[in-house]
Amino acid sequence: MFDHSHPRLPAAPGVGYKARHYAQIMADPAPVRWLEIHAENYMGAGGRPLAQLRHLAERFPVSVHGVGLSIGGEGPLDPAHLDRLRQLCDWLQPASFSEHLAWSTHDSAFLNDLLPLPYTGETLARVCRHIDQLQEAVGRPMLLENPSSYLAFEESEMPETEFLREVARRTGCGLLLDVNNVFVSAVNLGLDPLAYVGDFPMAAVGEIHLGGHDEEEDEAGRPLLIDSHGREVADPVWALLEAVLALSGPRPLLIEWDNDVPDWPVLATQARRAEAALAPVQPS
Amino acid sequence: MTRVLQAGFRAALLDPALPPPEALGDGRGGPVGRRFDVYRNNVAASLTEAVLEGFPTVARLIGETNLRRIALPFVRAHPPRDPRMFRYGDAFPDFLAGFAPVAQMGYLPDAARLDLALRSSYHAADATPVAPDRLAALPQEALPLARLRFAPALRLLPSAWPLHDIWRKAHEAEAPAPRPQAQDVLISRPGYDPRPDPLSKPQGLMMRALLDGANVSEAHAASDGDEAPLTDLLGLLLARGAITDLEVPR
Repeated sequence: MFDHSHPRLPAAPGVGYKARHYAQIMADPAPVRWLEIHAENYMGAGGRPLAQLRHLAERFPVSVHGVGLSIGGEGPLDPAHLDRLRQLCDWLQPASFSEHLAWSTHDSAFLNDLLPLPYTGETLARVCRHIDQLQEAVGRPMLLENPSSYLAFEESEMPETEFLREVARRTGCGLLLDVNNVFVSAVNLGLDPLAYVGDFPMAAVGEIHLGGHDEEEDEAGRPLLIDSHGREVADPVWALLEAVLALSGPRPLLIEWDNDVPDWPVLATQARRAEAALAPVQPS
Repeated sequence: MTRVLQAGFRAALLDPALPPPEALGDGRGGPVGRRFDVYRNNVAASLTEAVLEGFPTVARLIGETNLRRIALPFVRAHPPRDPRMFRYGDAFPDFLAGFAPVAQMGYLPDAARLDLALRSSYHAADATPVAPDRLAALPQEALPLARLRFAPALRLLPSAWPLHDIWRKAHEAEAPAPRPQAQDVLISRPGYDPRPDPLSKPQGLMMRALLDGANVSEAHAASDGDEAPLTDLLGLLLARGAITDLEVPR
């Protein structure tokens, strides 16, 4: 139903769309220029969700972000869910489609969380196979997002950056760099976030995510950060973003706020800060 | 090795009595400790929230705190089978029916069924209703033979409880106390918001028959009632935009 020559996401601020912001977004979205939706919320047969999405897509480039396919799962991808993703992308013709380096379904139980996997030759082959299958189904290249991690696997054979670079090389997919996830994982696993972004294949990055995290402690009293998407983006994450943008150049920049969703002005203020962060790297 | 990792992960995520899977660490060579619990908490919290959001009537009837207590064993025993979370909770009414602490609230499973039906109506396909005068325009002898087609958002929920009154009281403080009478509930969706209406038992039987493909006369016979409930039911269906087509044999 939409124009097949869909626009790409602009290198400008976007927000994760929440139905409660519909009226404000339609009336005065500035500085937000594009929207991201969670694919699974728009897999009904009709009603208000699809009607709103249709109106939004007439005005904004839309990114479809899947949270339920379980690309890192040991079992095969769910063919019914692949088909639903294909249908949604066929209908909406989104500017971008992305999913996560994680698993969420095992033995037919969907756990509604992005769960971690070890980085080995075996898991690499499996993830690449699943991404090939997904890109074939939706008929377009996808972006794969780096996870936030709370633990490490003894069997991992390579760093996450190498794993993602290899996935992108083998499958031709792009990457979605979540800067908050980098910071959360680095603090939790004792890694250097600047080294991580320095090693990240920036040429493959088609989108950047920013979200808020909560601060807790582990039993040794060390900080344990939780990727909660329930508050403003933390200052050290904004600082890390600056380092990322210096390496990547301008990219579509999304503010994610999924829990304790604030009123629109609070979200718009975060988007303005993203716009300001992009300004120094925009072509003059 | 990774082939069996996720089975152990899944089991330990849903059962806090199990130890975390082997060969996990804190990234610095130390034990995984509390870090596995982050995933455990994420899973329990996100599924519990889904139950709270998905069953607003049950939440009003027993309170959020109590619903959280019930939801936790439920989500561990019945994790979703589908990543579309708006469909989660089919097993919840039966789970409530077998949950001893709420055994005295016999209507609770039906309240949960009502929440499920409202949700599924909300996401159902759109449809264009017939013009309201379409039934009235039929020749008098044609109406009994008419078969009706209904909007995909229509749901019928039979109940042995005053289910519509209970639903109303749960969401409106000023609503009258539920009457001691069984009510079936008809859910229609004029526009985008599902709307429950109470049906008498004869009307519920007629509606069931109409949904199963009976013509108006057969539906009337199925109810064993007089004329008024049928006229009222047809009027309600028209007013709610729930009829999408009618077929009259020539």
